Amino acid sequence: MSDIALDALDRAIVAATQEGLPLTPAPYADVAATVGSTEAEVITRLARLLEAGVVRRIGAVPNHYRLGLSHNGMTVWDVDDAEVDRLGALIGALDFVTHCYRRPRALPDWPYNLFAMVHGKSRDEVEAKRAEIAALLGETVRAADILYSTRILKKTGLRIAG
Amino acid sequence: MRQPVAPAVFDDVDRRIVNALQGGFPLVPRPYAAAAEALGLAEDELIARIGALTASGVLSRFGPMFDAEKAGGAVSLAAMVVPADRFDEVAAVLMEMPAIAHNYERCHTLNMWFVIATETRAGIGAAQRAIEAATGLKVLLFPKVREYFVGMRVEA
Repeated sequence: MSDIALDALDRAIVAATQEGLPLTPAPYADVAATVGSTEAEVITRLARLLEAGVVRRIGAVPNHYRLGLSHNGMTVWDVDDAEVDRLGALIGALDFVTHCYRRPRALPDWPYNLFAMVHGKSRDEVEAKRAEIAALLGETVRAADILYSTRILKKTGLRIAG
Repeated sequence: MRQPVAPAVFDDVDRRIVNALQGGFPLVPRPYAAAAEALGLAEDELIARIGALTASGVLSRFGPMFDAEKAGGAVSLAAMVVPADRFDEVAAVLMEMPAIAHNYERCHTLNMWFVIATETRAGIGAAQRAIEAATGLKVLLFPKVREYFVGMRVEA
């Protein structure tokens, strides 16, 4: 998967669909009408963007809170840089981890280089999942923490310029 | 903590829709019809239910989920240590900045965590400086070095 250059039509399709597909029998034809193209071209473009990873997936984007997953903990781990990619792949594969990233440390206050977001219906459920991650990481962990969210201050979603 | 509100009507059909359609929506001329057939539903019923799930907030939306960085933009996680007596004031500053997509209060010395999303890579540093200028507080950036694959699916 490599970066691809988006042309004006790709950008117009992104802008026309990033808040959702039309809830009509032929949504791609409706997008095509909006951007001045054809249904076949819109389908071809979206398939190409999906292939290139610009589109992660197409479908339902659930709201965790509305599904009862109201507790989220950002688990953070300090592991050896030589091991972090192997461990990150392992943790990302857990079905309850919704995001998993390697990020830079901010020493001396922030020694953590591996981030994994965990959601649950209760604080206990999140703690149990965190313990599963800790067990998988084992002795490679030098330091760890969990940051629970206590308040959503803003949530507008990412907007990509069209 | 915001209280999760179970939608008044969320039946087994809704659950099957949410669980089955978190990806793989068909790229064909009648995609709802194709997806409905796989679920044993009629096209118009699937469309109506997705509309209702979106209206009630169970779904944030229904459609393509983009990777902003691959689409040419830039994204970075960021955090600040905000004194308790300035917390609301600083949150209000970020609320007004279009480059800030999400902002969470978290239990830690670094108590404000947010996502900066801009059209260009240079925009991230510019947003960081703008926040520092507006608040007098240091903004730590935690851009992703690497993303590990996750299914990004939740069980309804």
